[in-house]
Amino acid sequence: MAVEHDLETMEIPVNMGPQHPSTHGVFRMVLKVDGERVVELVPHIGYLHRGAEKLCENMDYRQGIGIHDRTEYLAPFHAELALVIAVEKLMGLEVPERAEQIRIIMAELNRITSHMMFVGAFSADAGVFGTAFTYAFREREYIQDIFEEVTGDRTMYGYFRPGGLAWDVPDDFVERVRAVLEHTRQGIDDIDNLLTKNEVFMARTRGIGAMSAEEAIDWGLSGPMLRACGVRHDLRKAQPYCIYDRFDFDVPVGQYGDVYDRYLVRLEEMRQSVRIVEQALEGLRDGPIMPKKMRRRLRTPPGEIYQGVEAPRGEYGVYIVSDGTDKPYRMKIRSACFANLMGLRDMVVGHFVADAVVILGSIDMVLGEVDR
Amino acid sequence: MDHLDEFLENPWVNGILGLLAVLVLIILVVLALIYIERKFLARIQMRLGPMRTGPYGLLQSLADAIKLLAKEDLRPARADRWVFELAPYAVFVPGFLAFVAIPFTRNWAVSFLELGLFYVVAVTGLSFVGLLMAGWASDNKYALLGGMRAAAQLISYEIPLVLALVAVSMVAGTLNLREMVEAQGRVPLVVWQPLAFFIFMAAALSELERQPFDIPTAESEVVGGPYIEYSGIRWSMFFLTSYANLFLYSLLGAAVFLGGWDWFLGRDAGPWLQALWMAGKTTFLILVFMWARGTFPRLRIDQLMSLCWKVLLPLAFLQIFLSGLVLVHGWPDWALLLTSGAGLLAAAYIVWAAVRPRPLAVREAVASGSVA
Repeated sequence: MAVEHDLETMEIPVNMGPQHPSTHGVFRMVLKVDGERVVELVPHIGYLHRGAEKLCENMDYRQGIGIHDRTEYLAPFHAELALVIAVEKLMGLEVPERAEQIRIIMAELNRITSHMMFVGAFSADAGVFGTAFTYAFREREYIQDIFEEVTGDRTMYGYFRPGGLAWDVPDDFVERVRAVLEHTRQGIDDIDNLLTKNEVFMARTRGIGAMSAEEAIDWGLSGPMLRACGVRHDLRKAQPYCIYDRFDFDVPVGQYGDVYDRYLVRLEEMRQSVRIVEQALEGLRDGPIMPKKMRRRLRTPPGEIYQGVEAPRGEYGVYIVSDGTDKPYRMKIRSACFANLMGLRDMVVGHFVADAVVILGSIDMVLGEVDR
Repeated sequence: MDHLDEFLENPWVNGILGLLAVLVLIILVVLALIYIERKFLARIQMRLGPMRTGPYGLLQSLADAIKLLAKEDLRPARADRWVFELAPYAVFVPGFLAFVAIPFTRNWAVSFLELGLFYVVAVTGLSFVGLLMAGWASDNKYALLGGMRAAAQLISYEIPLVLALVAVSMVAGTLNLREMVEAQGRVPLVVWQPLAFFIFMAAALSELERQPFDIPTAESEVVGGPYIEYSGIRWSMFFLTSYANLFLYSLLGAAVFLGGWDWFLGRDAGPWLQALWMAGKTTFLILVFMWARGTFPRLRIDQLMSLCWKVLLPLAFLQIFLSGLVLVHGWPDWALLLTSGAGLLAAAYIVWAAVRPRPLAVREAVASGSVA
């Protein structure tokens, strides 16, 4: 029996991150592993905390747009959209038709770039040596070129304003977007061909990190994470903002709530985004992009408002308490990834270390938004 | 001159010169392979690959080699000093020794061993020791995980690899690599033994730790595994070894399955033509390995093990049994192809059946419990 005492097995804690290739930024999780199996997971967040909410309270609403760009830095148009809609609702501003259409186009193109980023990073997590990554980034580049032409910046756009847009789009905008959409559609098919039916990819992702619909709702998941569990909840349909109620698109849902379904849902969402952008391009007419009379200082009447938008990662919400000045008295950001990350422990425990990486990748988090 | 001839005739001198020639050859081939792999993967991924160092980036490998040699050789303070420092040699030496018995042309090898094939698999089987040493001595949990994975994987896949080679050596009737090549003068063995070839390629991919079996060094999980704490020249020895092994297994595959220098040039071709023909077949296999790297995600360790023990190993025994049956009864050669081809179809079916869409109940059972 002495031998057994000498050779006891133990669970070792493995620290993953904040510097690790697949923690997507500065996330840290401490895994306790029994051999290859994860028996406990403790997530640590906050490495990218920059006080975005507090910063916004010291800036007027237009300056706050830049801060919101930097929280959700892979889908800044959605973050801006949540803020400007909240301010518009507080002030009772009417947004011109053309501005609404352009907002939709930009937001949906942004959804495609964001999901492309997901596909690239996720496939790298699953072990594809960069091939799907480069294919996804090619599509992303084409769309980012459009963003750059329109807004002057590739990632931090600062383009939406309470009431409308900062400036109008270039003259050849419609043709440019149409040309890129053709390419995007092909690109989505390319990725579909490369990954979806790949035996190894399926073996690695199916049945991994599954959540039931009830669990997902209890954890407060939103976006593709929630829809992969089979819950047909999309803020664009459930609480339509902008002019989404005028567009014809489907909300894809998954069946099993596993990592594979999350991937499939996002892939289909990209196709639906292409549909929405095409309809918006059809409806794009000349016209003003800002209301006639805009004051130089935007003073909101006292009150409070919450506005959520369906960002690529889920519900990105802005809660504003206004005291009647041109700055918010309090601003709270409802982060989609923060809520989505909370379910991580339940999803990972019992799986292998390799699965932990894939599950984390399937959450598609943006640390800037989690830590704010 | 007589003295010189006598000096060269000395078996020790002869052997050492041969070893030196092989060493130089390995280093040159590895430099070329690194360049080829970077270019080839770049083309798969719509990139250009190295372009700046020399024309078309031809000097890139050289520049990298110089950089690696000039780098500081770091050793973690708590590493087990001698084990840590000797591990690169323990990896490199077995791979290098195997080259001794590989015939490059009909008349050129360092040594034509009567049990050449046996010798090659015997010495390459030792390489896991070095990886285990590196993983254990680094005092790093990722390295430990990687080292354990390497040990499990390399030992497991040694078995189907050897059994596949046993099957072909039964058909060829010899273990001498030169005679094996010459036994394929009419038809290469890949035609008679496709199943053995499939098992050989799968097991070789695994022995080489390349996608989809790059589990010990998985970049997105254990960040390089056993190599994580190595830098400079020791790391480059690991790197050199992994490419040297790629060259080795491709040479072995070209000689044993693709008919080496013989098929279909005939054994009377000039030595340079033979070398070129052998190099062509080797390059073909190398590119197949690289192609897999650019396409496949990574398997998980348990999936890898079940592929080895539940699929490849029984199929390898099946192959040996079928070949034995045909040989004992003296049935014609096409019976070999028929039986082995049927086995290959069975392998394809097993892989397909493992990932095909299943009814809901089965999927949920997999999803809710831990995947064993």
